[in-house]
Amino acid sequence: MALKTFFIDTSKCTACRGCQIACKQWNMNPATKTVQRGSHQNPEDLSFVTFKLVRFSELEVDGKPKWYFFPDQCRHCMTPPCMITAESLKYKHIAKDEKTGAVVYNPKIKVKPKDAKAIRESCPWDIPRWDEKTQGMAKCTMCIDRVREGMLPACVKTCPTGAMNFGDRDAMLDMANRRLEQLKKLYPKAQLLNADFHQAVYLVIDDPQKYHKYALLQKQEMTRIAAIKKMIRHIADFVPLAG
Amino acid sequence: MTNHYIDFRNADVIINMGGNVAENHPVSFKWIQDARNKGATFIHVDPRFTRTSSKADIFARLRSGTDIAFIGGMIKYILDNELYDEFYVKNYTNATFIVNDQYGFDDGLFAGYDPTKRSYDKAKWSFVKDEKGIPKRDMSLKDDRCVLQILKKHYSRYTMEKVVTITGTPQEDLEKVYKAYSATGVPDKAGTILYAMGWTQHTVGTQNIRSMSIVQLLLGNMGIAGGGVNALRGESNVQGSTDHALLFHIIPAYLPTPRAKLQTLADYNATTPKTDDPRSANWWQNRPKYIASLLKSMFGDKAMKDNDFGYSWLPKLEDTQNASWLVLFDEMYKGKFTGFFAWGMNPACSGANAGKVREALTKLDWMVNVNVFDSETGSFWQGPGMDPKKIKTEVFQLPCAAFLEKEGSISNSGRWSQWRWKATNPPGDATPDSEIMYELMKKVKALYKKEKGAFPDPILNLKWDYETKGKFDIHTVAKEINGYDLTTGKLVANFTKLKDDGTTSCGNWLYSGSYTEDGNMAARRKKDDPTGLGLFPQWAWCWPVNRRIIYNRASVDLDGKPRNPAKAVIKWDAEAKKWIGDVPDGGWPPMGTEGFYPFIMKPDGVASIFGPGLADGPFPEHYEPLECPIEKNIMSNQRINPVVKILEGGPDTFATCDPKYPFVCTTYRVTEHWQTGVLTRWLPWLVEAEPQMFCEISQELAKLRGIENGAKVLVETSRGKVEATAIVTLRLKPFVIAGQTVHLIGLPYHFGWLHPKDGGDSANLLTPTVGDPNTMIPESKAFMANVTKITAQKAGKA
Repeated sequence: MALKTFFIDTSKCTACRGCQIACKQWNMNPATKTVQRGSHQNPEDLSFVTFKLVRFSELEVDGKPKWYFFPDQCRHCMTPPCMITAESLKYKHIAKDEKTGAVVYNPKIKVKPKDAKAIRESCPWDIPRWDEKTQGMAKCTMCIDRVREGMLPACVKTCPTGAMNFGDRDAMLDMANRRLEQLKKLYPKAQLLNADFHQAVYLVIDDPQKYHKYALLQKQEMTRIAAIKKMIRHIADFVPLAG
Repeated sequence: MTNHYIDFRNADVIINMGGNVAENHPVSFKWIQDARNKGATFIHVDPRFTRTSSKADIFARLRSGTDIAFIGGMIKYILDNELYDEFYVKNYTNATFIVNDQYGFDDGLFAGYDPTKRSYDKAKWSFVKDEKGIPKRDMSLKDDRCVLQILKKHYSRYTMEKVVTITGTPQEDLEKVYKAYSATGVPDKAGTILYAMGWTQHTVGTQNIRSMSIVQLLLGNMGIAGGGVNALRGESNVQGSTDHALLFHIIPAYLPTPRAKLQTLADYNATTPKTDDPRSANWWQNRPKYIASLLKSMFGDKAMKDNDFGYSWLPKLEDTQNASWLVLFDEMYKGKFTGFFAWGMNPACSGANAGKVREALTKLDWMVNVNVFDSETGSFWQGPGMDPKKIKTEVFQLPCAAFLEKEGSISNSGRWSQWRWKATNPPGDATPDSEIMYELMKKVKALYKKEKGAFPDPILNLKWDYETKGKFDIHTVAKEINGYDLTTGKLVANFTKLKDDGTTSCGNWLYSGSYTEDGNMAARRKKDDPTGLGLFPQWAWCWPVNRRIIYNRASVDLDGKPRNPAKAVIKWDAEAKKWIGDVPDGGWPPMGTEGFYPFIMKPDGVASIFGPGLADGPFPEHYEPLECPIEKNIMSNQRINPVVKILEGGPDTFATCDPKYPFVCTTYRVTEHWQTGVLTRWLPWLVEAEPQMFCEISQELAKLRGIENGAKVLVETSRGKVEATAIVTLRLKPFVIAGQTVHLIGLPYHFGWLHPKDGGDSANLLTPTVGDPNTMIPESKAFMANVTKITAQKAGKA
């Protein structure tokens, strides 16, 4: 099995949240108690039982409203800082599947709160979450149980518009680059995020920051960078992406 | 829909107006995206910037309830700039017809208005006919009395300035929309309109759709791939339920409901549409065959020629009776009903002025609630403000199977009847609706047999034999719908085999051909696509006769050659003397030879730019919603639709230009919930995503009223109030209407007090009991409300 990659084309995302719900369904993750907070984004953030979250961002550009949607999930890094951090802390709950490249957590292994915090903070995308009740950590599994059986991840299977795509890495990068080329003509700021070293490649048509704080690693995120520096030797992988 | 979902991908320009396709029909957005991938322009016109607008190439904002002004301006733009498809307009529409001298239009009123009856004498809108009874035409389109000239005159009043004043849409946005959409008035371009309840739920709902039908006819967009007038239905099977006559004014397959004055079958058949034009197929002339076959289906051997096939057993509406939803619940409120079946619906949340509906339910002796989950209707007696001890209504709750727990067909918006199989058994006592109905009627029949009662004939003579080996069998129903040749006992091939002499039966002529001797056509799943247009003729089955795009004879020229060869729906093979492609609207040769006109369901054979059939006029005209923010209609002295039916008194109150209710309010749905939420509010994942009632307001209004994002607010109309959480958003903006600032607020109608407990109640507690004069669909999309922040003191008092 070749290395797998998600291609997430936000220009096609209508925020129907089929992916968010399908993720919960396949992973049998319960709903969390939410309230209306003055936003359609709910739950408010990722959690131990929410691996996929469509983030809503509304803003005005030249007096016209824009509403950007960002189906947030684990990027399945080729060199996952979370795993390196965990290993440095002597944990074995994070593994990388060699065939697919999926970064997979064992949520049943208990992690101390401060270690969980360090692991989470080492993630440039702020993805992994710790559960107070079980003391375990969890995040997107790439639906590895489905993928191994030749099926698409649940979020991709359910997406009606073609925003969520999944397949062999080369094919996905090809699709991403072709789409980028098409969109560049209309949106000069169109860009691919995380295309080189990650297995969830996003396409956005505007500044990544307008979608989500952690859409792209920020220079000013010094604590995170420091954390990464401390943990990773492959820092070269990340610096070119900064900003 | 005249077309179908996949066909969206064939459009060059897609306009979504009166709808929110990305949120409410999320899967269909696939085909819009496909069209966009090929370079199509997607336009969204709406009072709010929604998830749909976020994907639009052009977004234009308009004040809720002003769509006719918006489209009226587009009609003027097309005519002024001569962007219409002249060949199409001349040959396939009534643009050339001469309207009689009595027709006129003055200050918002068409000729023939009777203010005492609040109705029109439609005879004043008729066409001039020649000595043979054929409408006179001016093929040069120059006659002052021809439809095109009258159209020009009517819409010359919809100047850009007036449209901007009424709609509040910025002129540059109007021009962008008009220009982009009008570019489809050439044969090799297609434009499609996708609409939903944002168009129907107005006192001018039917005319909203008519206005766009006129645009589509001017641009030659009917009958072609990527064109059409497409209603995106709000429920997966609402097309099927309409086809099978869920509405009061029709019996199955759009046959008119018999009225009291039509006492015999001959009386009924005398109302069959007629034409004297030998070039018009006038398909409805076959109606006597369809009613006879329907009666044979209902009454079997008891339906005989000498008893009018049991026509006298059909219930009749009084001659002027309106038995629409609003009127039924009004009657119920007045105590005129003893019993009520709430079947697969939740009127306590879905009905306009839901407070009145809830009160009406207390006047019943009994109510049967059939649903998958309990609802605010089933439990109305323990709802807010109800004292169970004082309510006499006895409620029976019947759990029914959900769609995955039963077999049968659903008909989608594209008229496809698709068979579905049962995936799992229903839990507990839950039973498929059809089985509940079947067993119930068997019991009713047995009781009538035993106890007689008033007029038992229709009940006792009803053929009720939908079982195999003693068990209810949905296939026997599907076959009955298709129809039988009673002389052979075989299923008929299609409706052309139906007869008016009692030798055929058919439960629904439009579905004839769906289940034949060759099998269940709706269960087909072949993916062949010979035209490459996505018609997939062997996937399920489509009414009528598997025709995927109706009026498709308008896609070819007079010789049967496709006007857009790149997207040929049908073409005439002159040598083989047959049509290739989709099932044509009749297999006759092309119109230029001896074939009929293309619009075969219209008595004149052509499409109606001038439409003399509706209650409120042959052309759409802008009127304000019943509750509106301006004292005077900019277009005329008729502020509201002059023929609208208003229920007044008691709980039916209205407030226009009342400072107590200063804001335009609209209601809608979001992706995560469905209708009143009876099915979705019990699914924790969906409640997690959209947990509670909200009210969207602009930043400007928030500032004006001191409401911060996430604050609790109270929304009130003259009929009711509902609490919500404010979503303060830049996606809503105030409008400038006739020089004054008009704010718009909006709420979803998904919530109800029963579940979840902190979800909030229904937005329909606010909506008015007034409907479109043609359909009586309530005006839930434009009414007047107030919104205030709930302060700690206020909350304490409540």
